[in-house]
Amino acid sequence: MSDLLEVQDLRIRFPAPGGGVSCPVDGVSLRLARGETLALVGESGSGKSLTALALLRLVPPPGVIDPASRIVLEGVNLLELQGEALRAIRGGRIGLVFQDAMTSLNPVISIGEQVRETVAAHRTLRGKEARERAIALLDEVGMPGASTRYRAYPHELSGGLRQRALIAIALAGEPDVLIADEPTTALDVTVQAQILELLDQLRTSRGMAVLLISHDLGLVAGRADRVAVMYAGQIVEEASTSRLFRSPSHPYTRALFGSIPRLDGAVDRLVPIAGAVPLPDAWPPACRFHPRCPEVLARCSIETPPVVPLAPGEMSRCWLLVKGAR
Amino acid sequence: MTALLEVRDLVKRFDTGGLLRGPRAVVHAVNGVSFELAAGETLGLVGESGSGKSTVGRVILRLTDASAGSVRFGGVDVFGLSAGELRAIRRRMQIVFQDPYSSLDPRMRAGSAVAEGLEIHRLLPSAEIPGRVAELFQEVGLDPSFSAKFPHECSGGQRQRIGIARALAVDPAFLVCDEPVSALDVSVQAQVLNLLADLQRRRGIAFLFIAHDLAVVRQLAHRIAVMYFGRIVELAPTETIIRTPLHPYTQALLSAVPEPDPARQRTRIVLKGEPPKPMAPPPGCPFASRCFHPMKNERCVNELPPLRAVGESQVACHYAEYSLQPSALSHQPSASNPQTPTPNP
Repeated sequence: MSDLLEVQDLRIRFPAPGGGVSCPVDGVSLRLARGETLALVGESGSGKSLTALALLRLVPPPGVIDPASRIVLEGVNLLELQGEALRAIRGGRIGLVFQDAMTSLNPVISIGEQVRETVAAHRTLRGKEARERAIALLDEVGMPGASTRYRAYPHELSGGLRQRALIAIALAGEPDVLIADEPTTALDVTVQAQILELLDQLRTSRGMAVLLISHDLGLVAGRADRVAVMYAGQIVEEASTSRLFRSPSHPYTRALFGSIPRLDGAVDRLVPIAGAVPLPDAWPPACRFHPRCPEVLARCSIETPPVVPLAPGEMSRCWLLVKGAR
Repeated sequence: MTALLEVRDLVKRFDTGGLLRGPRAVVHAVNGVSFELAAGETLGLVGESGSGKSTVGRVILRLTDASAGSVRFGGVDVFGLSAGELRAIRRRMQIVFQDPYSSLDPRMRAGSAVAEGLEIHRLLPSAEIPGRVAELFQEVGLDPSFSAKFPHECSGGQRQRIGIARALAVDPAFLVCDEPVSALDVSVQAQVLNLLADLQRRRGIAFLFIAHDLAVVRQLAHRIAVMYFGRIVELAPTETIIRTPLHPYTQALLSAVPEPDPARQRTRIVLKGEPPKPMAPPPGCPFASRCFHPMKNERCVNELPPLRAVGESQVACHYAEYSLQPSALSHQPSASNPQTPTPNP
């Protein structure tokens, strides 16, 4: 399986209030193959959304991507692109679906026009052809009555239909990679299921790669091929979905599972993680999880844990997995 | 067991539209809701946004006036109380909101926010208040030094603990928890859920626990009521409703809860169709437009199903008995058969 998108050692710097530098994303590496869904999971402040923005070179100023980082899409390093070449990537070869469709859509332009605009920007289609393509896209994302709803404004649609319109816009550039950043967080659970189902269908029918970003491990369980777990700006564990849920190797992943309420099995008392998620200008030294870790060793607060490869494409950043570390 | 709280035929209408705001219409946010709650019991109130679940909580506390119906708390008719009597009974009925950032005064230190109730109800001599506030902070798992902090200096989990301490200060017998953990990260959410469970065990407080997440509600609730379109469509003991949901909407809700184990994925019911418009309620079952029940027919479209007893449950579905047959259960864990029931066209 050759990689479509490869992120190597992505580091994003922001000036910190005290005059120093903080790194909310600090050395993230990811690989994404065609037709695959990779889930990027983490709590708020872990750096997952900023990672997504960086893939489109949309890191908000004053943040900068470290020039030593590499984001490679089929052999091309996106960090070296400028102007027209960069525009062909943004919303073109890489599409992005945000969480909140109400604020991402333009409230005074009909949804059909917003799809047509993106079609015209990325393809050679014009006029009636672009309009027909936009209707076809709305139809593809399951918008009921696509040709009449073309003229609907965002406020006239339900949350689920707005999210579908947003997905249609993301598809207009015929992307190879679709980044979905918390695409269902603002939606009700029954609508959430519909949108996830749609993303799955589109991935299969179009052979896209999907990067699904979520705070909810349960949500990605049935949807992703692989999962990368982020904590404090770093990926602490990456594994196939089945291995991650069967035998999580990082104490943070294990602790997350202990704190999730379940519908199946007995109602056990939840095991919360002590403390709170740290902030980027105060990442703890050495292992960033060590102040909250239930399995902490003496060296975890002194020495940075290595990235331990567990299988092809699987790793964990923890001293417990290093032989003789205890 | 006599009920601490009796809610009967609660109705809340809102008038919408009017000059420049579109056609005038009446929306029934809550439409005939009845239930009882015993002392020390937790009733989970579950539904999607717009189902009316938060309005039920607010109407019970008279934070907004009901259009019809009655609420009795400890035998007292809450809607018949004068302003002074209402203030006295509010000491026994408190609320914890979803977003403690907007429900706490940003210019008030945490200690003052917690002490406010003690002062208003004159529960303690002023000299004893700081000591009591420190005890309350400890009870919710915060260091008493938090008294001096402003809300913006605290994390989301800490703010929610302050909100809970503020509600506990006046020693309530009944607490409305309106989505108390949905704004929190999972690791912190578990801390707050455990805290609420401990408080109930220690103090015997009754909870009306309002949330959209069934897995969260299951942690605390003895019974669960599912709301749809302003009505309770199913009410049953927690494990009964989770193992044998009888209303198709409950079945769909349960199947949509993400299961954090790929090997145990439930059969997914993906609903088609749209919920009815609040301004134009259908004459029959409000779920009929999205229902996938194999026996759905014209009767569902035209005749509103009443909430009625079926086994241990109360269900508002004309064909609830069908769901009692083992073969009809669609929520069973199933790794090999993730099929979607075909909805009626």
